[in-house]
Amino acid sequence: MSNALKINKGIEEGLRDFLEFLLKSEKAGAVFALKKMNGKGAVSYSLITDTDELKDAVPLYPLMPVNAGKALSSFTLEGVPEKPVAAVLRPCELRAFIELVKRAQGSLDNILLISLTCGGVYPLKSLTDGNLKKLLSQYWESAKKADIDPGIRDTCQSCENFIPQLADMTVVSLGKKDLDKECTIILNTKKGEEYAREAPGSIVSEEIETAETKKLKEKRKEKNEKMVEDFQKDGSGLKALIKTFAACLGCHGCSQACPICYCMLCDFDSKTQEYKPVSFSSELKQKGGLRVPPGTIYFHLGRMSHMAVSCVSCGMCSDVCPVNIPVSTLFSIVGASLQGMFDYIPGRDVEETVPSGTYKEEEFVETGEYSGSG
Amino acid sequence: MNNNDMPKIIGFLCTWCSYTGADLAGTSRLRIPSSIRVIRTMCSGRIDPLFVLKCYLKGADGVMMMGCHPGDCHYQKGNYNARRRYVMLHNIFKTLGLEKDRIGLWWVSASEAPIYAKVTNEFTQQVKRLGPNPLREEIFI
Repeated sequence: MSNALKINKGIEEGLRDFLEFLLKSEKAGAVFALKKMNGKGAVSYSLITDTDELKDAVPLYPLMPVNAGKALSSFTLEGVPEKPVAAVLRPCELRAFIELVKRAQGSLDNILLISLTCGGVYPLKSLTDGNLKKLLSQYWESAKKADIDPGIRDTCQSCENFIPQLADMTVVSLGKKDLDKECTIILNTKKGEEYAREAPGSIVSEEIETAETKKLKEKRKEKNEKMVEDFQKDGSGLKALIKTFAACLGCHGCSQACPICYCMLCDFDSKTQEYKPVSFSSELKQKGGLRVPPGTIYFHLGRMSHMAVSCVSCGMCSDVCPVNIPVSTLFSIVGASLQGMFDYIPGRDVEETVPSGTYKEEEFVETGEYSGSG
Repeated sequence: MNNNDMPKIIGFLCTWCSYTGADLAGTSRLRIPSSIRVIRTMCSGRIDPLFVLKCYLKGADGVMMMGCHPGDCHYQKGNYNARRRYVMLHNIFKTLGLEKDRIGLWWVSASEAPIYAKVTNEFTQQVKRLGPNPLREEIFI
């Protein structure tokens, strides 16, 4: 049981009120949250200091225009914000941010982390469908029942890490019937309690894991197992891999959108991967043909070998793919397998080192030893 | 043996142990299969998984990584990094259902010329059993 702030307003309005309180009481210098950009459903992560502008903030809007971890890193990379920033982000975005902080690409100082028990987000393409209103009401109906909304991203449907670990505050958005009437913000840390002092609303006791969230975890686990099973049946093997990436344009959008791919200059965009005329002709002589631009699968497998161990399964890569390649499914499956080797969960703990950047002397001792006779 | 039956294997050898070991194998007149093409690196820790992937995807029948024994690295700890990179790459191959037996890592010290001869011969046999890399036929990838 932890303390929670209960505000007798709808979940989104209540949270907005709380953010307004943080600004007005000058506990926070700015709010970082999703904000409406036009009347048609477009949203963007924004830094807000003006309480009037806060009216258009939609912190719980089920859409991820960019992974907020990446966005937070962009303004904490070079230094700490002058005044505390109250950031509202989803659990996978928070985990991505932690991974970036581990890689010295951001800082947790002066950031108040507000996260939520997450029902998932819709694919970005649903924005242009025109039935966003219907989707939104459907989303909140599923959230009340802690059900899997059939419209959300594939990775969200099979995500078991929907309860944030390192947040200072957690907004309860799943498994509560009266989300329209009340907003519950669980205060996980001392810092969270500090910020919530004197906030409008009452302090109650609340459990973050409930029977509903446990049930949802089971359902999502089932989905995850099915995803892996389907992959092993149809997606595994060289032929299937080539088929999966056949449509790839080589736009590298997946790596641009990926919160873990932080390199200023990706190896695959650099001169080292450029084909010189001589490489073209020598390869043509050998094979009698060449894809242009070359190295589609090389790019994906290479990127995988570099970052999959930290993949937080946010689903941005699939979402931005213009030709609908299920990139995130593949990366989630490989990521989970790599993470399993090191008992590692990306973004679980900021002190934990990234497995690809460290080693233990006493591990895998049999690897490399010649085992044949004498 | 007909040279056409010989698989093409790329070997990344660290200069301090394995490359010197391979050199010794030559001066000791040990039989080394003609399948292996050696690329010398300063340390096994220099072998980016991308090198291995590129060889594999370009149609190499096998890729060998070799370095100093753990604890003997010329740069103290480079081979520990190599080991982790290798097991991670191996895991990716396994998870994706690719032919993980086409890649391998061995520790070969500067004095272990017989081991070098053995692992190259045995790996050549192993790769032969797998047949040619199907990626040779895949042109537009």
